[in-house]
Amino acid sequence: MSELHHLTLSEISAGLSKRSFSSVELTRHFLARIEQGAAALNAIITTCEEQALAAARQADEALAKGRAGPLTGAPIVHKDIFCTDGVLTTCASRMLSNFIAPYDATVVERLARAGVVTLAKANMDEFAMGSSNETSWYGPVKNPWDPRRTPGGSSGGSAAAVAARLAPAATGTDTGGSIRQPAALTGLTGLKPTYGRVSRYGMIAFASSLDQAGTLTHTAHDAALLLGVMAGFDPRDSTSVDEPVPDYVAALDQPLTGLKIGLLKEFFDEGLQSENAALVREALRVYEKLGASLVEVSLPNMPLSVPTYYVVAPAECSSNLSRFDGVRFGHRCKDPVDLMDMYKRSRGEGFGAEVKRRIMTGAYVLSAGYYDAYYLQAQKVRRLITDDFARAFTQVDVIMGPTTPTPAFELGAKVHDPVTMYLNDIYTIAANLAGLPAISVPCGFVDALPVGLQIIGAHFAEAKLLNVAHAYQKETQWTRRIPPGFE
Amino acid sequence: MSLTREHVESIAHLARLAITQDELPAYVDSLSRILSFVEQLNAVEARDVEPMAHPLAGQVQRLRPDEPEQMNSREKYQANAPCTEAGLYLVPKVIE
Repeated sequence: MSELHHLTLSEISAGLSKRSFSSVELTRHFLARIEQGAAALNAIITTCEEQALAAARQADEALAKGRAGPLTGAPIVHKDIFCTDGVLTTCASRMLSNFIAPYDATVVERLARAGVVTLAKANMDEFAMGSSNETSWYGPVKNPWDPRRTPGGSSGGSAAAVAARLAPAATGTDTGGSIRQPAALTGLTGLKPTYGRVSRYGMIAFASSLDQAGTLTHTAHDAALLLGVMAGFDPRDSTSVDEPVPDYVAALDQPLTGLKIGLLKEFFDEGLQSENAALVREALRVYEKLGASLVEVSLPNMPLSVPTYYVVAPAECSSNLSRFDGVRFGHRCKDPVDLMDMYKRSRGEGFGAEVKRRIMTGAYVLSAGYYDAYYLQAQKVRRLITDDFARAFTQVDVIMGPTTPTPAFELGAKVHDPVTMYLNDIYTIAANLAGLPAISVPCGFVDALPVGLQIIGAHFAEAKLLNVAHAYQKETQWTRRIPPGFE
Repeated sequence: MSLTREHVESIAHLARLAITQDELPAYVDSLSRILSFVEQLNAVEARDVEPMAHPLAGQVQRLRPDEPEQMNSREKYQANAPCTEAGLYLVPKVIE
């Protein structure tokens, strides 16, 4: 039998229901993997050993009594942006380094109700702001494929943990690419659902019109299992959409004949490394063999997505992060002389440089005299980008292209100019602006570093996306590859 | 768009962020770069375009009846507070 950590989530589900192993056994195994591997990668902020074993024991009881669902007893890691009742929830920030969440996020609650075991809280870019997991108060995360390189961000810890087989799956969040980009750089399947598909209640807010919770797993099948539990209307999230949740697993094996794939002209630009482009084109040939046809589409406003995002997201973040004021929770500075001093020093000390940059950018673009020129203009361009997609989806079913311009870059390589870092999200950001679901799947290697293929769907077309991703994964073996040293 | 030191200091004040004199030049530089980068949006002809605040059409703010739903969990929530007394949050004097 292969090692327990070589199993995908769906294989674990099958194994648990056949009683090939118990949840306690699995949980102990992954807790040991975390203990051995997490320090080298710095992927984990808090391990929840006691709670995990208690949940695993409960899961084993349910399994023994035949009262189990497909995820009962499966262990998972949560990005440290999700509130977990009684457990430290930091957003990888000094601001929340003492914050014990007093409630569970809806995502955490639903997965726990389905019997999922929470192993640990994963490291991330501070307040989800970053593309390399280098802004964390707890230090950078390393890519298990090459520890001198970034795993991507902001869900870097989640990605590194799953890629290194410290956990079979993880939750993440994606505001501008923060699930898909790390998935691409670490050889995982990363899913960002449609805006409003998964509740944001208890998911610490960065940019409220862009944030979405999603999954980092080995396969689309695993993502389907998790999404089925995570998705659905939640009255506690005022942007949650009351749209029925289909059976994502049942839809996985639909044949692809007749599928029209849009090849986005603007994705294949000079910024895209040629080896990455070649792997994406090879993946497209696999799809053609499966019966799909390729149609060239153009989204002329797509190149404006990065500047649009870097007006909208900082504006929303400056508003969301104003709650961190040292009054009711979070870091408070020592000996404040007055209220203004308390606000300024608590926030000055509590937030890292990138967070402060974005708050200040946001404050600037929203301030009197600049609001129309920057923020309003960005909202208009956002509509132009979204309309481009709507037009494209009248001609094609899905749009495909690269997830990132290059494979994983070296830690420290892009920290000197924020704009250079921002351009890593050049292919991912548009889907967030338009609220569209998108997935990254592994499609090969360049110099032993993983490369991702991105698939974007129409609103609430996650079942189609997962089906299309799954079809490719049945024809290829990229999801089975393990970083050397982590077998 | 090149910002001045004074400009960044006033933005920091608006955002209630303490920035030291040593830190200031780096923020002036990085914020100037970011704003220069986003300025390309100004060239887009969008006069008759409706601004988009939310990605999904037709989303409205859902309301619920003004009836109490949750239990009072003040003690649990105040466990994270830096300074409390008798259920109140303590801060430096606000009113002169």
